[in-house]
Amino acid sequence: MKKELCIAVTGLNNTDNPGPGIPVIRSLRESKEFNVRIIGLAYENLEPGIYMNNMVDKTYQIPYPSGGSDALLERIQYINSKENIDVLIPNFDAELYTFMKAEQRLLEMGIHTFLPTIHQFEERHKAVLPKFGEKYGINVPKSTNLTSVADIRKLKKEYQFPVLVKGKFYDAHIAYNEEQITSYYNKISSKWGLPIIIQEFVKGTEVNVVALGDGEGNTIGAVPMRKQFITDKGKAWGGITIKDDQMLDLTHKLIENTKWRGGMELEMIRTNEGKYYMIEINPRIPAWVYLAVGAGQNIPEALVKLAMNEKVEAMSTYSTGTMFVRYSYDMIGDISQFEKLSMTGELENIHIKA
Amino acid sequence: MKLKNNIAVSESGFVFDAGTGESYSLNPVGADIIKLMNEGKSQEEILAFFLENYDVTQGIFESAYFDFISTLNQFNLVER
Repeated sequence: MKKELCIAVTGLNNTDNPGPGIPVIRSLRESKEFNVRIIGLAYENLEPGIYMNNMVDKTYQIPYPSGGSDALLERIQYINSKENIDVLIPNFDAELYTFMKAEQRLLEMGIHTFLPTIHQFEERHKAVLPKFGEKYGINVPKSTNLTSVADIRKLKKEYQFPVLVKGKFYDAHIAYNEEQITSYYNKISSKWGLPIIIQEFVKGTEVNVVALGDGEGNTIGAVPMRKQFITDKGKAWGGITIKDDQMLDLTHKLIENTKWRGGMELEMIRTNEGKYYMIEINPRIPAWVYLAVGAGQNIPEALVKLAMNEKVEAMSTYSTGTMFVRYSYDMIGDISQFEKLSMTGELENIHIKA
Repeated sequence: MKLKNNIAVSESGFVFDAGTGESYSLNPVGADIIKLMNEGKSQEEILAFFLENYDVTQGIFESAYFDFISTLNQFNLVER
């Protein structure tokens, strides 16, 4: 008989800039080893995942981490008193720090997580990526952190246009002149704060890997993908698994050397000369993780097992040529669902007419 | 000359590069050239096959053949 687990998941924003919540839930619902009750943790009332059929069993609103970790943890404690959560999977970059800090408090409540350490999380920040690359012997594009618009003028001595303008957590734009840098600087900093990262633009093909490290240097799963269709937000709307031994080798070495704990997405550029540049490490499962499940590696299932201190065998094979294509779909709901969530902060799973 | 190990070609002439995720469509002439290349046939043997099975002169075929080989090189599909 399959074990029953209660798993809380954030990132239900299944929009054109999707959070990983729904793909993680789909993966867990396909587990061959356990049955899951899924608790959705939502920051906004219109996160589509709340209303999707057969995904979340019950949704609870939670306060943004920016409102203070005490308020968030109090809310989690309340939810746990109702649901008895076994594992919590946070899926937003911006909330990870709070949950990592609260790991022990969560464990005392009986809630397991499997997250990177604070050191791992801090070390791979976009703002310190060149140092990270140097330490672990990985090529990283040159970058500069900006904390003032006045510094933009100094960039032309060091960089050739175009350059990438990136936020601390999210957002990346290509800028072809100083005016565009200024515009993106203002736009991104008003949303995500400072610093703004200016990164050398490396020409090539973007290739990504979703991977899972066990915290002891072992890679439990890793699947490389190339985006086939990219939205105006730079998100993959279609992708395909590829055979890229060099990239997998880099991933294994990185996990081994950092003793990475938890899910990660490694974003790299492969130049036409076959050289690899790491442009980002996202310290969590990416929204395209269900492609890895389709290709034979159920990474979220393995992550839950690691969180529950179970032994997990490394997955070393996957199918190449497995594709995903996203789509948008109008769900029909009733105002009463929205009302219930807005007024009580809780919503049982509902079945919506197609 | 032969295709890289990562390249899969289906009966329909669909080419998939598993290393990059790129895919291409071949017309029947391209599919025949690739099929003969995969069988290890030399350029001369491929030419002989086309002169026998297609209504084409040596000059026209060679011009198209070298164009095609150049495209395969450009897309990094063959061992160099």
